[in-house]
Amino acid sequence: MDALRGVAWLLACQSLGEIIARGTGIPWPGPVVGLLILLILLNFRPVRAPVAAAADVLLAHLSLLFVPVGVGVMTHLGLMSAYGLRLALVLALSTWIGLAVTALVLRALWREPLAAGEP
Amino acid sequence: MQQFVELWVYLSATPLFGLTATLVAYVAAQAAYVRTGHAPWANPVLWTVIALALLLGASGTPYPVYFSGAQFIHFLLGPAVVALGWPLWQRRAELRSRAKAIAIAALAGGAAATSSAVGIGWALGLPPELLKSMAPKSVTAPVAMGIAEQLGGIPALAAVFAVLTGLIGAMSAKYLFDAMRIASPAVRGFALGTTSHGIGAARAMQVHPDAGAYAGLALGVQVILASVLMPLIAWAVGDR
Repeated sequence: MDALRGVAWLLACQSLGEIIARGTGIPWPGPVVGLLILLILLNFRPVRAPVAAAADVLLAHLSLLFVPVGVGVMTHLGLMSAYGLRLALVLALSTWIGLAVTALVLRALWREPLAAGEP
Repeated sequence: MQQFVELWVYLSATPLFGLTATLVAYVAAQAAYVRTGHAPWANPVLWTVIALALLLGASGTPYPVYFSGAQFIHFLLGPAVVALGWPLWQRRAELRSRAKAIAIAALAGGAAATSSAVGIGWALGLPPELLKSMAPKSVTAPVAMGIAEQLGGIPALAAVFAVLTGLIGAMSAKYLFDAMRIASPAVRGFALGTTSHGIGAARAMQVHPDAGAYAGLALGVQVILASVLMPLIAWAVGDR
């Protein structure tokens, strides 16, 4: 029941986010505005347990949610083959550059051992 | 046999087919992934997509018919983005005390991934619509689609690039970090969440609890930063 109530909170935040984003014309995706609204709502205790239950389920199976879009890669095969090698090169190189830069910057800024008490 | 064909024609045209095929294929791929001890090459998203692509190809099912069922799963991406607020809120004390380091790392990593994608793509002569669709590829797919739309790119392509970026990161980060001698699970997870969004974060969550927590945190930070900054930058540059 908690998870169901949590999903209701998440959807309500997302809907409100869409309304705000579209209503004001701010070029932010609705779900992101919903995330910001959720961060405010989480200050209220009754919201927390339901949202935690729903979020844990959704985020534990996050990779499943990318499958329909992934299958959609097929529908763009024409374009992919026209630029295939160059696209692959750009995607791989930029991903590795991003990973390396993030990790190096973070390691340089976090000298002390992280969150020592954690498993 | 005739009956079977009729049954198949009926089933494959209902949303039931896409939904069932997606879940069954994913559950099988996930089980195989666990059996290989979470080997990067056994990434469940990759193999589910390959299995479904082969199935659709073999049965002659067009993508829109498949999507009529799979959309129920796809739809959950929106609430999942909202749900990212929960790991952020849980780690709010840490976020506050390390706000500067986290913000700088997320900005530097996001900027490096975006500018190298656009820069290398431009140098290789890719057309501008492709470059605009590529800019938000390090952000999770539904948000990337929204940003690409704002930038004047093609949303569907942005989602494709985001998924591919997620897969590349999830499957190769282990080797890159090992080669760079980056051992801290928190740093590895944060970098995966920043660059390879949901698919990278999912990988981090399966491999190590610390890596997963920081990947989730990075994912939320990146989603917020990218959606706030990218349209502003595009607007400031006078693009579109």
